[in-house]
Amino acid sequence: MAEKKKLGKELTKGIIVENPVLRLVLGTCPTLATTTSVESAIGMGLAASIVLICSNVVISALRKVIPDKVRIPAYIVIIASFVTIVQMVVKAFLPSLDEQLGVYLPLIVVNCIILGRAEAFANKNSVIASAVDGLGMGIGFTAALFLMGAVREIFGAGTFLGTGIPFLSENPMLIFILPPGGFFVYGILMAVVNRIAESKGKKRAELRGCEACPMAATCAINKKEVAES
Amino acid sequence: MAKKLTVSASPHVRSKETTTGIMLDVIIALVPALIMCVVYFGLRALVLTAVCVASCVVFEYISRKVMKRNNTVGDLSAVVTGLILAFNLPATLPFWMAIIGSLIAIVVVKQMFGGIGQNFVNPAMTARIILMTSFPTAMAKWVVPFTDTWSADAVTSATPMATLAGVQGGNLTTVTSQLPSLTDMLIGKHGGSMGEVCSIALIIGGLYLIARKVISPIIPFTFIGTVAVFMLFAGKGHIDFVAYELLGGGLMLGAFFMATDYSTSPINKKGKIIFGIGCGLITSVIRIFGSLPEGVSFSIILMNILVPHIENMTTPKPFGAVKEKKAKGEAKA
Repeated sequence: MAEKKKLGKELTKGIIVENPVLRLVLGTCPTLATTTSVESAIGMGLAASIVLICSNVVISALRKVIPDKVRIPAYIVIIASFVTIVQMVVKAFLPSLDEQLGVYLPLIVVNCIILGRAEAFANKNSVIASAVDGLGMGIGFTAALFLMGAVREIFGAGTFLGTGIPFLSENPMLIFILPPGGFFVYGILMAVVNRIAESKGKKRAELRGCEACPMAATCAINKKEVAES
Repeated sequence: MAKKLTVSASPHVRSKETTTGIMLDVIIALVPALIMCVVYFGLRALVLTAVCVASCVVFEYISRKVMKRNNTVGDLSAVVTGLILAFNLPATLPFWMAIIGSLIAIVVVKQMFGGIGQNFVNPAMTARIILMTSFPTAMAKWVVPFTDTWSADAVTSATPMATLAGVQGGNLTTVTSQLPSLTDMLIGKHGGSMGEVCSIALIIGGLYLIARKVISPIIPFTFIGTVAVFMLFAGKGHIDFVAYELLGGGLMLGAFFMATDYSTSPINKKGKIIFGIGCGLITSVIRIFGSLPEGVSFSIILMNILVPHIENMTTPKPFGAVKEKKAKGEAKA
């Protein structure tokens, strides 16, 4: 029973309280780049989620086999294989989505969320817990991208999933599609989510930069801190 | 009975100056330009200004209420923001776009960063830039003075700045027919945004502010001076070219009313000089080499962002202070 409860928590924490994009501020680059439309935002979110779940499972299963010193290259190889698979599938069945996402699809390899979860969660926890963590984080990532994509597409292009909205489609506010608008929407959404999480009595998530960082164990700053403590 | 000695914490000398008083002075200084823009662009200009001012005040009131902070509507700063925003818009702009501009200026730029004195860029200027990038066609519809600004097909013209952008080496003879005379430039009989056309009214307002010691003359003069010197070189010594560059576009409005905003300009003299020269240089570079005809708004925003660094560079040395030497122990560790 306790185990089940814990798994449920791993699943839900990724959606609001530890939302990778809006609370942990990971994966900012694909977030800003692919949310100019709802379609590409959902595409990006799902592709990254699939890679995240698969790589979490494999890394967790191999966590006792991979030598600590070469774990980052090993993780990258695992993640890259899954990204290649996803990329081939998207190219074969959804060529238009592939065109929209462009270089950001192969760039999932270096997405901080995936490497961050591998380092912070998958290499310490069981296979099932890692899969659930990946699923929760994936849902959180996709939801955040969908929200941002919706706001930016509705106001910036006057459409939603390609269908025009009266009035807005005649007077689109171009800035929402442009990078500065992306930053504005990102910042405001972050503030809203922080507010929601705080009103639930959850403290503002610490920017656990070092813990989530893939270089944490080898980083000079971290070593010094560990030595001091 | 002996007079009681009151002991209290500093400050001991208080000025009678208040935020409301300063803002009232700025409003007074903007009145001549407002009158001239109503003369040139008709009643619609006045209505558009009223819409901007009213929406700014309403947004200020609502956001302070929502954020549960004490209300600062009374200090008139929202009225000033609304006026300056309106001055930066073309007279034909749809009212709802002006309201969006006020929303950006007051809610996003000013209140989200903490209200008056906390904004890191000029609210009205940022709103203008965001509107310009969002609605490029509506924001570039510069009507000719004395035409019906209510009708959708009001006569539009290229601003003097757009004409000047095509001039090479300051030789105006090829475009003289397209440019208004210098007197018209001074009194504002040319296309442009509502408040920027009448340079003389803006100069009078600016001088009033300097005389009342509301603004320091350093920023406007270094700003305008830098543009003048730069244009003298870019125009290969043609004085006419320099005069058009100084009187055209938003230079006077920007230099006197927007670059001098307290919270977004440096405090001490040295910093103000650096700030003014920087604004002038960026404006000139955008006008001469950039693809945009006008650069005052971008130059002010860019220098606003640099203000914290300018302040760090120009922090005055306390009397008798010695430059801190690097501690020896630190160097070894």
